[in-house]
Amino acid sequence: MSNTAIASPPEVLTLGEFHSFQAEDATFLYLVPSAAIFRMDAPSLAVLEALGTANRTPAEVVQRLADRFPAEEVANRIDELLGVRAIGLLGKPAPAPPDMLPPKGFPLTTMVLNVTSKCNLACTYCYEYGDDRIVEADSKPRYMDLETARESVDFMFEQGGSNRLVHLTFFGGETLLNFKLLKETAAYARRRAREVGKEVDFSLTTNATLLKPEIVDWLAENRVGVTVSIDGPREVQDGLRVFSNGMGSYDIILPKIKDLLARHRTRPIGARVTLTSKNLDVKQIFTHLTEEIGFWEVGFAPVTSSSCRDFSISDAGYDHMLGQFEELAWDFLEAACAEQHHGFSNVKDTLEEIHKGVSKAYPCGAGLGLMGVATDGDVALCHRFAGSDEHKIGSVSEGVDVDVQYDYLKKHHINSKTDCHTCWARPICAGGCYHEAHTRYGTTGTPNLHFCEWVRSWTDTCLRVYGAISERNPAFLARFDA
Amino acid sequence: MALKPINRKADRMVTYLEHQGAVPPAEQMAGPVDPAGANAGVDENAEDVVALGGRLPEIPEIPHIPLGCSLVFAPGWEVDEAGGTAGLCQPVERDLFDCHLACFWPAHVPDQLNHSPDWTGKCAAAQNDWRKLEMIFP
Repeated sequence: MSNTAIASPPEVLTLGEFHSFQAEDATFLYLVPSAAIFRMDAPSLAVLEALGTANRTPAEVVQRLADRFPAEEVANRIDELLGVRAIGLLGKPAPAPPDMLPPKGFPLTTMVLNVTSKCNLACTYCYEYGDDRIVEADSKPRYMDLETARESVDFMFEQGGSNRLVHLTFFGGETLLNFKLLKETAAYARRRAREVGKEVDFSLTTNATLLKPEIVDWLAENRVGVTVSIDGPREVQDGLRVFSNGMGSYDIILPKIKDLLARHRTRPIGARVTLTSKNLDVKQIFTHLTEEIGFWEVGFAPVTSSSCRDFSISDAGYDHMLGQFEELAWDFLEAACAEQHHGFSNVKDTLEEIHKGVSKAYPCGAGLGLMGVATDGDVALCHRFAGSDEHKIGSVSEGVDVDVQYDYLKKHHINSKTDCHTCWARPICAGGCYHEAHTRYGTTGTPNLHFCEWVRSWTDTCLRVYGAISERNPAFLARFDA
Repeated sequence: MALKPINRKADRMVTYLEHQGAVPPAEQMAGPVDPAGANAGVDENAEDVVALGGRLPEIPEIPHIPLGCSLVFAPGWEVDEAGGTAGLCQPVERDLFDCHLACFWPAHVPDQLNHSPDWTGKCAAAQNDWRKLEMIFP
């Protein structure tokens, strides 16, 4: 038997988890799950290339790159890449992210108050009334009463905990059908805010059919943020956003929106477009809403529906939509480099998250910092589930049932979504909208697998736009620090 | 540092690495401890300090996890060694999924390649949805 000591085997390097992308001839790494972005230099890239073909020891990497870079430089880059976890050691995986739930008593940031479940339009695709609805319309009161609204405001300030500012969003149905309550609730919230030493900020979403001068004046005086649901030019809008007799709504709302934009100058006013198989010309819609009508910002969201509806978007439709999103994203880049405003809010929101490096445990704040209140005061995960007994987490009079809430938080944590664990886009996506998942799969806990390719492609586009801005006009990104 | 940090998370990692001279801990690097939007208005450095200072969750004592199913003559597949179902190598509801591929005791499932590709379509999480698996008649 030999007495030779057994040397421990040399450590072997292997690639870590990241997504690389290029912009302006530079290569960047988006690290997963930290969501940090680094710009690579030539030796770092060479190290990654060397490890891309096989796992190697540091000495082997140095040796392999010896004719291109000095050994010291390569060793330094290996250390740095190890430090940021772009590469790792074989057999020694990076410590898993801590599986922690948010602390109990997590403060509420936004409360969405469904002041009515009634609507004066009959949009075919509506998630509240359409074929994929989860709440039957007659199961709850159609209008919220003042007592429930006041209780909701008290609930909001109490749940707001340490937050100095809380957001109250009025929602429907068609929100303005209950304008009287809305006015009284806002006044009450202002008074309560003064009493408890906090601030409250208001916003609402409307289909614009009921806007009139006195309402516009009130919105402007109270600095209420307004989002108008509108799908585009007349032929698009009148296809699906119709009154119950089938009449289109475009001609009714256009003068009202113009009046709103002309007189409500205290907050920027945005449009929210639902994309369906019947309106996928994103660029045309964007141009119409910004340049021809004058909205400050436009956000697009594909319709939430089962895949079988005639308005649901096909795979080819998603590809087309993504192509148009990309074109708008590159327009946004040019505007950003020229220090001009561009109202494509989808790209702006994603760039902000990329800039901050958010790495989400949950796709959204539903049930945590965001809650939806139904007309009878039941508290649900978010406004889309308001009124659904299955998704109720409490009520404004009795408070949040913490056990139900934490059960839900445990089930929806990114660590519970096995499908997401190998996806590089998970720091930003985290599985996507619960309501979309519920409509597609019958459960809120499933990641939206039908969106994966699209989300990765869109995230990659936004990363490339971000990288390009960081090269051409890095000062632009500082505005996201605010 | 030769790698150029571009976004704020990268800045924070570099600051950490330069101060510590060591590989950062999981709380800093791994990320998903912040719920979406929870960072709004929160001082990130203060939050890091809180994260580092906070206690890690206590790790519960892990039950013995056998590799694969139980031995041939042990009371194994239907009940665990204590006579219950808590200690099986898989929760019973997942047997259909986990025991029909390489398992010692293969479960018989419909042909999901040709005849019943959507058999599990309604069963996203077996432990919750196993009742939705439908019987298939070839």
